[in-house]
Amino acid sequence: MIKVEFLGPLNREPIEVDIESLSDLKEMFKDDKELQEWLEICAVAVNDALVCSLDTKVKDGDKISLLPPVCGG
Amino acid sequence: MSLELHDGPLHVEEITNRWFNEMRDKNYGAYIPFIGIVRDEDGISGLSFDIYEPILNSWFDTWQKKAQKEGAYLLMAHSKGDVPNHTSSYISAVVSPQRKVALKFINDFVEDFKASAPIWKYDLVDGRRVYAKSRSTALKGAGLLK
Repeated sequence: MIKVEFLGPLNREPIEVDIESLSDLKEMFKDDKELQEWLEICAVAVNDALVCSLDTKVKDGDKISLLPPVCGG
Repeated sequence: MSLELHDGPLHVEEITNRWFNEMRDKNYGAYIPFIGIVRDEDGISGLSFDIYEPILNSWFDTWQKKAQKEGAYLLMAHSKGDVPNHTSSYISAVVSPQRKVALKFINDFVEDFKASAPIWKYDLVDGRRVYAKSRSTALKGAGLLK
């Protein structure tokens, strides 16, 4: 399974999913209206590295993180 | 690695004095600190922060390597949780042999910190945390799953 965590103000409990790529995750989230608003502005990390392609493959034991806009300091 | 995270407001005197004393005999000619202070504005009682430490650590490590190439060294402290008005949530400093390198570096570093460090800010309003969405910056690649 692959863990998906929702960071900062997303304020949701992590979930575990069985997918092969980020495209699968996009498809899985498409009916979640509340999450859709966030997805427009969220970056995505796989195993703590930011990624920019939906073709990014994931495997059992990987971690996907959704990161909303940031503002430190 | 000189990155430290503290629960609540930073103890500015302790941190900056400790850093200065750690750096003073390393033969750096310039020590440039930046201290952020929480302002009383828009009726807030303070700010609050969430931090994602794994990516913060790798982001800081990348900057530390850039600093080393210039003969400089970075130090940074940030708060987690609630930080009242008129206290500090963020301190960074750069030491380097020359002043000009340190002044440029502190500016570039803090700019990228604002745009890239995985830290989320909330206003404290009537005891509630309100995400500072309008003041936040989307990270590289945002919108991938929309």
